Amino acid sequence: MALLEVHNIHTYYDHIHALKGISFELDRGEIVALIGANGAGKTTTLNTISGIRHPREGSIIFDGQPIHHLPAHEIVQLGIAQVPEGRKIFSRLTVMENLDMGAFTRRDRAAIQEDLERVFKLFPRLKERRNQLGGTLSGGEQQMLAIARALMARPRVLLLDEPSMGLAPILVESIFQTITEISQQGMTILLVEQNANMALSVAHRAYVLETGRIVLYGPAAEVRENPQVRAAYLGEA
Amino acid sequence: MSLGLLLRLGIGLLVLAFFAYRFYGVLVRGAYGAETWARLAISGLIIGSVYAVIALGYTLVYGILFMINFAHGEVMMIGAFAGYFVLEAFAASGFSARQPVLAIIITFLAGMTVSMLVGISLERIAYRPLRGAPRLVPLISAIGASIFLQNAAQLMFGSMRRTYSNPPALERNVGWVLEVAGKPVSITYTGVLTFAFSVVLMVGLYLLVQRTRLGRAMRAVAENKEAAALMGVDVDRVIANTFAISGVLAGAAGVMWGLHNGIIYHYVGFIPGLKAFTAAVLGGIGNIPGAMLGGIVLGIAESLTPAVLDMPFQLKDVLAFAVLVLVLIFRPTGILGEVLAEEKV
Ligand SMILES: Nc1ncnc2c1ncn2[C@@H]1O[C@H](COP(=O)(O)OP(=O)(O)OP(=O)(O)O)[C@@H](O)[C@H]1O
Ligand SMILES: [Mg+2]
Repeated sequence: MALLEVHNIHTYYDHIHALKGISFELDRGEIVALIGANGAGKTTTLNTISGIRHPREGSIIFDGQPIHHLPAHEIVQLGIAQVPEGRKIFSRLTVMENLDMGAFTRRDRAAIQEDLERVFKLFPRLKERRNQLGGTLSGGEQQMLAIARALMARPRVLLLDEPSMGLAPILVESIFQTITEISQQGMTILLVEQNANMALSVAHRAYVLETGRIVLYGPAAEVRENPQVRAAYLGEA
Repeated sequence: MSLGLLLRLGIGLLVLAFFAYRFYGVLVRGAYGAETWARLAISGLIIGSVYAVIALGYTLVYGILFMINFAHGEVMMIGAFAGYFVLEAFAASGFSARQPVLAIIITFLAGMTVSMLVGISLERIAYRPLRGAPRLVPLISAIGASIFLQNAAQLMFGSMRRTYSNPPALERNVGWVLEVAGKPVSITYTGVLTFAFSVVLMVGLYLLVQRTRLGRAMRAVAENKEAAALMGVDVDRVIANTFAISGVLAGAAGVMWGLHNGIIYHYVGFIPGLKAFTAAVLGGIGNIPGAMLGGIVLGIAESLTPAVLDMPFQLKDVLAFAVLVLVLIFRPTGILGEVLAEEKV
């Protein structure tokens, strides 16, 4: 049984039918990429899993338990953390406080301390800046903080929404390297990206989303070779 | 620089010049002795500390919901009534005379608890169902709640003015007497209690917001509700807690008002509520130290300005609001206010 199963979900914004029956699954330890153009419904998919939005139809099963009716804060507690689009770090909280917020649902102090050391090892830059206000970090550092903050929840599934957005190519490299590293430590990752090339190079499997529907899926290498994908998302003729 | 801005600054400078001119006249004539200034400053400081405590309630709620809780003054009024009835019972049974300290503590606890419950109910009934509606809607609901609470209090308690029965040890208008320029200036016990407890509440609130898990969650929710929810924060609960805390503060202010000023009635929350709202704006709405500073500044301003301008003391309310306008001319975001993020406008 897959760790996360999404069955035929329909999500609306009032009358806008944003997700028109989406199904996919994540197996333990996988990186799955979700790619698609602007407005395809990628963020909506992640927010529906996270419980920020609720599907009008369909179901989401996490580790055998239906979660699509749960409020967002309970879903975090079950072990699904999200790195939201645009980072959304708390600019008036310090780096340290942002990380504490990531561990908000946890009480296991010793393990939190361990995780803190782990994320500081992953992102030494954050350690240097731990008493700085989040809003004063550079874009790249904010993205590191957003990922680190999500890891502080010690999630079983990590949802990443466009982690490469607005970063210089060299930083994009290093963010994707980190994602691979986190994955090798056993994390299950759902990766939403505009940068399809990068996403498909680190992912095991991929789904292509077009106006609220999945139009293509398969092993990442195969999706990458698909002529339509190459034309539409990889900028190749 | 735009014409509008020039005009605004021009008017501001004119008013300032007028203030300075009147004040100069007052000083030259020596219209008031040092003892009068001291007396006014002390009473301003005391009333200002109460404004500050109430203002914190406005600013906390605004910081999280970007909404002015216009019923906040009524939450204070109900707390004042709760304290009143407890003190009445204690006075009648002689408990006030035997155990004044305990009696005061219980009175405060009663006022704070009742106001806390009113604050929580207010949020649940009048504001939560409107979450996500355009911002004008909860504002109108707040005004409705304010009128409702005033009328409910009038129905339940009548419209007569009631006098707080302070314990004998805490009589109103009794206190220590200082000598200033050879003249007596009295510092009342109720005034000292009011000021000291206000400071305790302000420090307590500051520590709560800066140092505790709830405080951190409140700051996170204030900044971004969706991101806070993604961290596992139960946003609705944090909002309810925020209303509970601002209710506690309002209840404490209501009891202090009763103990220090003596008279309460169903309308007693209106003017202090309005003044505290002014204070919150003065300090920079949404900003916690700003609300504290704004309260103190407003209290002192309304107490001193009539004397500074050599105008009748009855004009103090008008002058207090004039000070607000003056500050906003030069600092549209309030004394400590930051430029509002787009999301809050
Ligand atoms: N809050 C909202 N209210 C109304 N419609 C929305 C809202 N958020 C998204 N939509 C609509 O839902 C659809 C899917 O949006 P979504 O944000 O999920 O796209 P996306 O794939 O993440 O796009 P992008 O790559 O630009 O981030 C779009 O048509 C969008 O206009
Ligand atoms: Mg998106």
